[in-house]
Amino acid sequence: MKFGIVVFPGSNCDYDCQHVLSVVLSQETEMLWHESHDLKECDCIVLPGGFSYGDYLRTGAVARFSPVMESIRNFIEEGGLVVGICNGFQILVESQLLPGALLPNQKGHFICRHVHLRVENTDTPFTRLFYPGEVISIPIAHHQGNYFIPHSSLSNLQKNRQIIFRYCDIDGQINHATNPNGSIDSIAGIISSSQNVLGMMPHPERSSEAVLGSQDGKRIFLSIIQWWEEKHHAK
Amino acid sequence: MQNNEQIQVARELGLRDEEYQRILDILQRPPTPTELAMFSVEWSEHCGYPHSRRWFELFPREGKFPVLVGEDAGGIVYQGQAVVFKMESHNHPSQVEPRQGAATGIGGIIRDIFGSGARPIACLDSLHFGPLDNARSNFIFKGVVDGIAFYGNCVGVPTVAGELYFHPSYQGNCLVNVMSIGIASQDRLAKSWAKGKGNLIIYAGNRTGRDGIGGCSILASQEFSEQDEKRPSVQIGDPFTEKCLIEATMEALATGFLVGIKDMGAAGLTCSSSEMAAAGKSGVKIYLDRIPVREEAMEPWEIMMSESQERMLLCVKRGYEDSVLQIFHKWGLEAVVVGEVVDGDNITIEFNGKMVADIPAQELTKPPVYTPPAEKPAYLERINHYDWNDLPLPNNWNEILLKLMASPNLCSRHSVFEQYDHMVQINTSMLPGTGTVILRVKNLPWGIAVTTDCNPVFCYLDPYRGSQIAVAEAARNLAACGAQPAGITDCLNFGNPQKPDRYWQFIEAIKGISDACKFFDLPVVSGNVSFYNESPTGPIHPTPTIGMIGIIEDVQKAVNAAFKDFDDVIVLLGETRNEIGGSEYLRVIHQQEFGPAPQIDLSAEKNLQEFLIDAVRQGLVQSSSDLSEGGLACALGEGCICGQEKKGCLIDIGNLPNIRLDALLFGESCGRALITCKPENFATLEKLARTKTIPFFVIGKVTRESLNIYNNQQSLISVSIEDLWKAWYRTL
Repeated sequence: MKFGIVVFPGSNCDYDCQHVLSVVLSQETEMLWHESHDLKECDCIVLPGGFSYGDYLRTGAVARFSPVMESIRNFIEEGGLVVGICNGFQILVESQLLPGALLPNQKGHFICRHVHLRVENTDTPFTRLFYPGEVISIPIAHHQGNYFIPHSSLSNLQKNRQIIFRYCDIDGQINHATNPNGSIDSIAGIISSSQNVLGMMPHPERSSEAVLGSQDGKRIFLSIIQWWEEKHHAK
Repeated sequence: MQNNEQIQVARELGLRDEEYQRILDILQRPPTPTELAMFSVEWSEHCGYPHSRRWFELFPREGKFPVLVGEDAGGIVYQGQAVVFKMESHNHPSQVEPRQGAATGIGGIIRDIFGSGARPIACLDSLHFGPLDNARSNFIFKGVVDGIAFYGNCVGVPTVAGELYFHPSYQGNCLVNVMSIGIASQDRLAKSWAKGKGNLIIYAGNRTGRDGIGGCSILASQEFSEQDEKRPSVQIGDPFTEKCLIEATMEALATGFLVGIKDMGAAGLTCSSSEMAAAGKSGVKIYLDRIPVREEAMEPWEIMMSESQERMLLCVKRGYEDSVLQIFHKWGLEAVVVGEVVDGDNITIEFNGKMVADIPAQELTKPPVYTPPAEKPAYLERINHYDWNDLPLPNNWNEILLKLMASPNLCSRHSVFEQYDHMVQINTSMLPGTGTVILRVKNLPWGIAVTTDCNPVFCYLDPYRGSQIAVAEAARNLAACGAQPAGITDCLNFGNPQKPDRYWQFIEAIKGISDACKFFDLPVVSGNVSFYNESPTGPIHPTPTIGMIGIIEDVQKAVNAAFKDFDDVIVLLGETRNEIGGSEYLRVIHQQEFGPAPQIDLSAEKNLQEFLIDAVRQGLVQSSSDLSEGGLACALGEGCICGQEKKGCLIDIGNLPNIRLDALLFGESCGRALITCKPENFATLEKLARTKTIPFFVIGKVTRESLNIYNNQQSLISVSIEDLWKAWYRTL
């Protein structure tokens, strides 16, 4: 399977994702430069974390206008798989490829630490290797990860099972104290209604090797690979 | 300009009259305004080290691993990989404008690292502020942390470790020492010279503005006085540009077309151009009107002195300039050819067809050397002969432990390091907060352990011994996780060197560091001196910050300080002496600061370190931490609560030396460590300790809940883990 990793000026998790996908998971990878429309026939596109274009304006607000995002929009419409991690998630909501918005953290500053997540929906290409309600550990590192969506749309997300990850404690309990950034409904990651676009604030590439303390993130990538291979073989 | 008038200008730029005279001798004519400006920055304390340079000769430059000593950053070589590191101060800018001061400090040190050809993989910060209950100190503390987060997070280099220390001596003059570490295949390191007639000089990165003019000569090389308005000397950082500059520079280096490269930091274009010329024993000509500027009508001397951030100077093989320029342009950066390598050995600056400076580069980069009088400070006599037998022994030891665990110098630092992205680049295999931080090296089994250390109170009580302790403690810190100490960088923070007592402290510290390093076979690969750290409230405590890296052969085997399993045996290693001088206990509980600083036995330290490394390598150890501030009791407290799962412990100190109880529990004797092991490994561990003649005391075991310390079965301390955690976790 071939993964494309987008490189914006200011991306800083691009090579982390590349390391996990190519070295840890032995997949083919391509770095996709922001100024190019060419997605190089990749099967899944990763929008990595970082500070695209410096993010001096609203996070992701500039990146959405880049040439590569035009191609990604078409790629999504054709059913291609896209994962937006952290800044990638911010870019996806700015581009309205995912609903909602990411506001500054409630505490007003950057937070980097391991958090527990509860997997809310495992019937997706991204989460099929988890079991429903499983509690996993993946780190966050962001300044603007406070997910917001109006209540009417929130109930749609809930109804359509688009909420994929929610912040919780080690036992899977969700409450105010387990919410690191103030996200509505403790949302950490969502999926598009078309099921092919995942946006999440936590960094799965940071928890994909035993030496880094957790391998829970790796299973997201493994889910994608398994899903794609099944589909591919079916063809 | 008249001579008298020019002497006046020279003085305002921070030059001494005899330095002005020397300039006349070098040039055989009066200097132009641009030349005068260039000399003033290049010969400033911050760039030229006139008061400190001669002492660096004392430092050992060889160690267990091959050593690289450079001007901008040095390093060690392990298995063909160069690990490059350096520490630098940004004290005065941070005192004046905390956020930008700290941010640009990070930017500067990172440029030193990638300018050497190594990719920056981590930063550490050693921060010292006045007490938190002082509003201004609190403001500076918050601003500095915010500045580090602002710059470090965006630039994509993890901020993984460091120190945070509060003490009244830093109230008028904070310390912000930043260290960066990079890694490169040894054969890919870059030179910082300009060479080869006809080769071209390229300027890349940010535009040059009027920011930071005189940053090094005016701001960093003078004391703070009451009414100064020095804000205009602080630069503004742009981490996004720096991030692009890192990527573009790494790409440009990979082409093989670069002859040399140097960052523009302190003293900006003056320093980079003249030092590249001097290093290459070449002449360099710069066409100053080609430099991209931010404002119109900038004077030549302003362009030469500006400390605008995120700029690099490159020497590129003629004929290949377009491919190099293209790389920078691709990253959205400005890059232009601004000069060339010429015959001779002068640095020549032309502006709109007119020669504005023409100086022998070797002379410009050879600042004067001063050795002012040094005199042992009078205070030492007074504070080192205190009879502490009269000091009352506390009656509620629980309260003392909780108070110390909650004190700003000992409590949890999570609220600070969680504001830094300490995981980006996915190398941080041992995270901050639970012991020594370790960076794995991708695709290789080994890793790099990193630390910074200095106890300023010990250095105040005895600069020589305090500096030795700083080196020993840093090494012990690395050994505790299983890493072999490999090399140091230092950031020497002192007061005004023209005051004899301050200069004496400085010399003693240098001797202490170099003697300890020689003993431990540790090279000093790079460093920085920051003088004039004084304010109207007085000088800072002497603070020779030691940055150290170590090599751990197998990152999988590393251990941290957190207690692991119930019934693990808790062992105290090393001798606990009847010492209390300079301790946190003395300061926090008794509000006293007196000596003597703890004794240090370098050979016992060395034995202990070798034992720790060996024990970890053999997999005999479950947890390990060195003992420092807060002594035995606080190390036990941290062992219980710093891990993911909290534990308790049951301790009896009955078989430890019979000394005052406060010294036993909270004294800060050197050369000690606290380890735990599985019961089945105990015999092997004890035997190993005996062969290395390590004082070895079994003091208890890991339990399910609460920290209990007995003295011959009589309860001294009994604290619930919840209370301990609350005290430790919530201060900052």
